[in-house]
Amino acid sequence: MSTDNADDNSRRDFLQMTGAAFGAVGAVSFAAPLINSLNPAKDTLALATTEVDVSSIPVGEAKTVMWRGKPVFIKHRTPEEIEEARSVEISALPDKQADEERVQKPEWLVVIGICTHLGCVPTGQKQSDAHGDYDGWFCPCHGSHYDTSARIRKGPAPKNLQVPPYEFISDTVIKIG
Amino acid sequence: MGSGQREQFDNPVIEWVDSRLPVFTMMQREYGVFPTPRNFNYFWNFGAIAMIMLVLMIVTGIVLAMHYTADVTKSFDAVERIMREVNGGWLIRYMHMNGASFFFIAVYIHIFRGMYYGSFKKPRELLWILGVVIFLLMMATAFIGYVLPWGQMSLWGATVITNLFSAIPLVGDSIVTLLWGGFSVDNPTLTRFFALHYLLPFVIFAVVFLHVWALHVTGSNNPLGIDTKGPQDTLPFHPYYTMKDTFGVLVFLLFFVLVTFYAPNMLGHPDNYIPADPLVTPAHIVPEWYFLPFYAILRAITFDIGVPFTEIVIISAKLGGVIAMFGAIALWFVLPWLDTHPIRSARFRPLFRTFFLILVADFIFLGYIGSQSADATLFGIPLSYMGLAATAYYFIFFIAILPWLSRNEKGRDLPTSIHEAVLEQKKSKSEMSPEAAE
Ligand code: HEM
Ligand code: FES
Repeated sequence: MSTDNADDNSRRDFLQMTGAAFGAVGAVSFAAPLINSLNPAKDTLALATTEVDVSSIPVGEAKTVMWRGKPVFIKHRTPEEIEEARSVEISALPDKQADEERVQKPEWLVVIGICTHLGCVPTGQKQSDAHGDYDGWFCPCHGSHYDTSARIRKGPAPKNLQVPPYEFISDTVIKIG
Repeated sequence: MGSGQREQFDNPVIEWVDSRLPVFTMMQREYGVFPTPRNFNYFWNFGAIAMIMLVLMIVTGIVLAMHYTADVTKSFDAVERIMREVNGGWLIRYMHMNGASFFFIAVYIHIFRGMYYGSFKKPRELLWILGVVIFLLMMATAFIGYVLPWGQMSLWGATVITNLFSAIPLVGDSIVTLLWGGFSVDNPTLTRFFALHYLLPFVIFAVVFLHVWALHVTGSNNPLGIDTKGPQDTLPFHPYYTMKDTFGVLVFLLFFVLVTFYAPNMLGHPDNYIPADPLVTPAHIVPEWYFLPFYAILRAITFDIGVPFTEIVIISAKLGGVIAMFGAIALWFVLPWLDTHPIRSARFRPLFRTFFLILVADFIFLGYIGSQSADATLFGIPLSYMGLAATAYYFIFFIAILPWLSRNEKGRDLPTSIHEAVLEQKKSKSEMSPEAAE
């Protein structure tokens, strides 16, 4: 049919390459919604705020609430605990953060109770629990120690316990999320 | 497949089918007359055993699925109901539970057999790689299956393992959220895990098919590691190896049945009989025994790798552990190019043999370390140090010792052929005890 063989070949190459490229784009656009459906669904996201009345937590005690399927530690800190958290040399910390950056009101520490190593729940919410070497929380899974600001001090966890987004909607009610 | 000369069958029905779809010809060729080295030892039983275990897992699994519900509020009770109310349900579940363990026993022996006798070497590299793929798929399947009863170990095992992916720089957290379908291991995770747990065994089945196909292209290796040279070196697969495999399978199943009936929870963890509780972590999280060596490697890396004398961290301890753990298996993929020594069988490589047996001991020791808590000690030495040493040997063996031996080990003289070696062995045996010879 054609007279110019070289020209014919490069046209065929072009067609094949465009065909393959469109096929690949098609496959990706088919896979994308399927994979995306595995991300958190709307109702899972909708559950994402929790309100807590903290007036019932006496000084020195703590409460655990669920937020996004995770435990959140709310600790009513004593003046000594606040003092202990603030007297540390920041540069000596593995994950450098001042206590002031981690709390909105010094007496209330609100953190996600998930060890930043591999996701266990540290102990220390009850007075009788193990609190680790720094008087805060202790993760039994691989031995991470957190201080009274829930900052990592010793062990394999790389980061401080995370502070969730929260606000005081009144003097005694916290909205998490 | 399907091409080439067909066999003739006397039975007219078989002949009718075979002339349209030559499955009987294929069976006859691949499992009937298939020429198989005559000198197999019992280590060559474990492929067939693994195959039987896969079938057992699929059959018991499908029946379990008929009684099971994937829902965080119902799964634990559904499994307890299988144990107490469903007719013979306890037996089906115990077969499935212990079947997974015995499947791994068979496959581990099968893999280390392959390493010892050099079965991964040319021309069987792809066969070997397909085997490692099967092993990875099995690990995924078993890990996911362990989540389904939704006990404490299900939840926390899944939490710890899925969190490993958060170590990946930049995209780690998004990957974990995608795996979970939420913000923690929860109902969306359980339902997708069930779907995958149903799917993966059939994917395994397909890869096993390819694995066996590749095997039948190259033919089997054997304890001497030398190629077959003619009919005097081989036996037809049936009846010789169908019988030997049947015998091996029966002995293996005997042990399986003993554990299933008399110690069904021996290999499990009691905490998994406590319903999952997202607020309380068990004091000591351990994976199933077959993951322990790799779990120990994961935990051995407790230090950041960074630029010396600065605070710059290139690989955090967490990421380092994950890389080491996956790397430990990834090395198996490239084994044919790490050990390039021309002699296959360890029988004729005394140095390789020694280092390899140390590796096996090292691997088992890693398993022991993985089963202990992170701060345990042995003879007063922290186990974490030993874990690091054992991990180091594991990697040094593959990355340094094998390539070095490939170049420098002389090895013993190989026998000229399988049948001569077999006859020689017979002769020396009969010289020692004349009555014992036929
Ligand atoms: C490669 C083959 C398979 C392996 C290694 C495997 C492994 C496992 C493991 C380790 C468990 C947890 C056992 C326990 O502690 O209770 C499990 C549970 C389960 N598996 Fe499988 N499985 C396989 C195939 C299948 C198949 C094909 C199905 C069919 C759908 C299935 C359905 C189930 C169900 C419903 C459970 C939950 C009930 C229970 O925990 O006993 N499995 N599997
Ligand atoms: S999960 Fe807390 S130390 Fe590993």
